[in-house]
Amino acid sequence: MGTQLSFDRGSAEALSVSKQEPTWLTVRRAEAAEKAQTLDWPQPEKMRIARWNLEAFGNYKAAEPAAGTAELPAALQELLSKEEDASGLLVQRNSSRVLNRMNEKLAAKGVIFTDLETAAREHVELVQKHLFSVVDPYTDKLTARHAALWTGGVFVYVPKNVEVELPLQALLYSDDAEATFAPHILLIADTNSRVTYVDNVVSAFAGEVAPSVHQSVTEVIVKAGARVQFATVHHLAESVTDLSVRRAKVEQDGRIEWIVGDLHDGNILSDTVSVLEGSGATSDAKVITIGARAQKMSVTTQAVHVGRSTDSNMVTRAVMKEQATAIINGITKIEKGATKANGVQTEKVLMLSPKARGDANPILLIDEDDVTAGHAASVGQVNPEQIHYLMSRGIAKEDAERLIIYGFLAPVVSEVPIPSVREQLQRLLERKLES
Amino acid sequence: MSTKFVVNGLKAEIEGKEILKGIDLNIKGGEIHAIMGPNGTGKSTLASALMGHPKYEVTSGTATLNDEDLLEMEVDARARAGLFLAMQYPSEITGVTNSDFLRSAINARRGEGNEISLIKFIRQMEGKMKELDMNPEFAHRYLNEGFSGGEKKRNEILQMLLLEPKITILDEIDSGLDIDALKIVAAGVNAMRSEERGFLIITHYQRLLNYITPDYVHVMMQGRIVKSGGPELAQRLEDEGYDWVKEELGIVDETVGKA
Repeated sequence: MGTQLSFDRGSAEALSVSKQEPTWLTVRRAEAAEKAQTLDWPQPEKMRIARWNLEAFGNYKAAEPAAGTAELPAALQELLSKEEDASGLLVQRNSSRVLNRMNEKLAAKGVIFTDLETAAREHVELVQKHLFSVVDPYTDKLTARHAALWTGGVFVYVPKNVEVELPLQALLYSDDAEATFAPHILLIADTNSRVTYVDNVVSAFAGEVAPSVHQSVTEVIVKAGARVQFATVHHLAESVTDLSVRRAKVEQDGRIEWIVGDLHDGNILSDTVSVLEGSGATSDAKVITIGARAQKMSVTTQAVHVGRSTDSNMVTRAVMKEQATAIINGITKIEKGATKANGVQTEKVLMLSPKARGDANPILLIDEDDVTAGHAASVGQVNPEQIHYLMSRGIAKEDAERLIIYGFLAPVVSEVPIPSVREQLQRLLERKLES
Repeated sequence: MSTKFVVNGLKAEIEGKEILKGIDLNIKGGEIHAIMGPNGTGKSTLASALMGHPKYEVTSGTATLNDEDLLEMEVDARARAGLFLAMQYPSEITGVTNSDFLRSAINARRGEGNEISLIKFIRQMEGKMKELDMNPEFAHRYLNEGFSGGEKKRNEILQMLLLEPKITILDEIDSGLDIDALKIVAAGVNAMRSEERGFLIITHYQRLLNYITPDYVHVMMQGRIVKSGGPELAQRLEDEGYDWVKEELGIVDETVGKA
């Protein structure tokens, strides 16, 4: 198998040099590669990811630039908004960016939307300062390895007081299982700015392919008074292991809204954390996931309250089919001094098969007295009384079940604030539920 | 064809305990039958068993609607054949809006390729909601979720009006209704009265029957219909209670299926 690669300081350095990256980045990559050798894989609750295929991270392969979206596979074109409905578009194929465009008026206002490799050369100060400022690259083997070999990626910078009305859209796809697919997303929303970022992480393989890994790290920096909506929908093939770590750091009165659609067909480690540093900072996370076949999923959302009067809300809904296993963790962490903080979380799992497994673990870690926190978690099956009620009105059993399953997800889907993402989520989750 | 609903010797049990001990009923289109009786005598079991609730097992007897064997059918097929049960405790279903549910139910009856147009559906639904004095907002609320008892009952009647069943069973539709709501519900039922439709009204009290005049009144005790008569029977039960019936028939404990 050609997907395996021994990765060490030397090869990380050599790759970075061959790509003519700035020296500071080459040095960082080399150090991270070395650290990765000794660090352990992350150990999420009740899920032994060390058993997964984590090594198939492939080789860096630069893809040919595309002249336009018409050159993309048809199935991927469907995922894109119309040009006039987005402020910009970036497409990464395997290891590198192949397409990038942005509204010129926004560019004139100083908004930056490009791949992270380019940004590391052209916007050194911003990137050098903020890259891995939210996620510690030496947290574990996953983050260290990512720091060593991330490729392509997305960089967003929105200057002070600038509002980006229409979403910035990224399409990150893999069509070569032997190519490294490890985008790093760095989004900086400066003071009082507004931005919506939407991406799709997908695969477009022709037929059966060898196992591969998608590993991404997202860092979002929300400065004072800024507001970021970050929506990401993953639907890669079963052969792909998806390892996605997302962190937002939110300063005073800033707000982060996450929308995560984990509709991927392979194993998933999905970890989304909002760190509410400044007073009055708020976060909202909506996560929808559907498990099927023998899929294993570890899906965690976390809110860390550091600042006073911070507020977090997290909702996760999971539907589990066949033999799928999901461990859904919700962590509300309130640090000492975060007075008047309020954290609320709900995890609900609907089991459609006796062989499926779903755990919902609400975890509250509270070190301050003057706070409020709430949690609700449930794991259950389709209620036979509800089925009976619908059937008693003439609705066939399978239609009744479908209504109830979609109804389970609807309260979260319907609150997704970005219409295009809402519709896409609905379509993709229907596809996965009906398959 | 005029509607003909015939129940013959129906026996049913729950968890091995026999609750219905042989029920006979014969309801023709245009007729309203009322079943009255104290708590625990098997009235609601009769309604649930006819609809096909999975908790109840019919052990013998027949139930036919226009000569079609209902007991052979799945629950949804019974509904499509024209049976409707307004339930005492309707389910709440999160995420399914009332209007989506109603449209699914109407289309299930009409069949594939013959679905009702959205505009026509909305017009019908809004018209019927108005008749029932329901806030239009209820169309967009999740099915029965957070509805008060009275709102749920009205919603049951809304379904009846839209689905136009041949045989409607109202299981204690009057419980939890104030007098104004009761009048509205009764008006809904009366508006549906026709040669095509029959009704079976299950109730504790005579109250509802002030607004919907039944043709026949049956008293249920110990899982059987022990006495039948006309509307005057309901009036006497209201005035004198059930003791005289028990006395007349030598019944000490009228309930059924108690451990």
